[in-house]
Amino acid sequence: MSQPEDEVVRARQRKAARVTALLLFGFIALTFAVTIAKLTVNQ
Amino acid sequence: MSTIVSTRDLPADWRDLFALTKPRVMTLVVFTGLCGLLAAPVPMHPVLAFTAILCIAVGAGGAGALNMWYEADLDAKMKRTAKRPLPGGRLKPETAFQFAVGLCLGSVVLMDLAANHLAAAILAFSIFFYAVIYTAWLKRRTPQNIVIGGAAGAFPPLIGWVAATGSIDLLPVLLFSLIFLWTPPHFWALSLFVKSDYANAGVPMLPVTNGVESTRRQIALYTVPMAAVAVAPWPLGLTGALYGVLAALLSAVFMVLSLRVLANKATDAAAMGPEKALFKFSILYLFALFGALVVDRFA
Repeated sequence: MSQPEDEVVRARQRKAARVTALLLFGFIALTFAVTIAKLTVNQ
Repeated sequence: MSTIVSTRDLPADWRDLFALTKPRVMTLVVFTGLCGLLAAPVPMHPVLAFTAILCIAVGAGGAGALNMWYEADLDAKMKRTAKRPLPGGRLKPETAFQFAVGLCLGSVVLMDLAANHLAAAILAFSIFFYAVIYTAWLKRRTPQNIVIGGAAGAFPPLIGWVAATGSIDLLPVLLFSLIFLWTPPHFWALSLFVKSDYANAGVPMLPVTNGVESTRRQIALYTVPMAAVAVAPWPLGLTGALYGVLAALLSAVFMVLSLRVLANKATDAAAMGPEKALFKFSILYLFALFGALVVDRFA
């Protein structure tokens, strides 16, 4: 793979990694919030 | 500087993955799901309600992505869908499949955690119904595909209600029936003026298999039980007069528009004004009815 091609792939990989990280963080935060909400409701 | 890297060889772009979830369809799914949840007589914790609606949206997105993954060959043949990520060559099929399955599983698990087993089970069944029974089994085999597919789109208000209450009652069943009976006239109106697209792709839509006249008759016929189900919650004492009167008025307009479709003899898409008017109004009709249901509940 030539240098410009490599840069295109790496740029896309970086973007994909950021989006995945954001989604995972959102999922974890939501799961935590759901757990707390369930505890509140069941009290 | 130009590059020769094929877009299909690149890691997936999030915009293409998002497009797989059919965001426009999701709008109606989220809205009807939210209305089902809000119309329930049991208040739900805001975080749990938000999560339940998110799960309905993500589940619908996953089912839509499975549909696009399975129908990539069909989408490539239709003008309306040829530029989607898979036929457009911007996404690998295996990436689309993994993404779709991930969304479906994630939504069902989270729904079970946030709401209850019944809501999660209905969500899982609705995904299975849309992806397997409708998309993979019946869509290419029968001209009644839209009637059956309509059931998949009818689940969100039922799921929203069950997420809040934990049980199935008469009102959400009527809401399910309303969307089920609304779907055929809505889609057949569309399929009348994009008939050639479906014919080219070999999809057995009613106008292609039974002709334009028969489709117009079916549209008018479906409108009658649809209107009855739309108004039914009022005389049954499940909603107030605000919803009832609006449902009666809107259903009357729907019936008039469907009669105009029935009276139209045109076969050329350019002369299908009544069909286009009915299609546009049908979207407004469903949004207005569900909106009125919620307003009536809190009025």
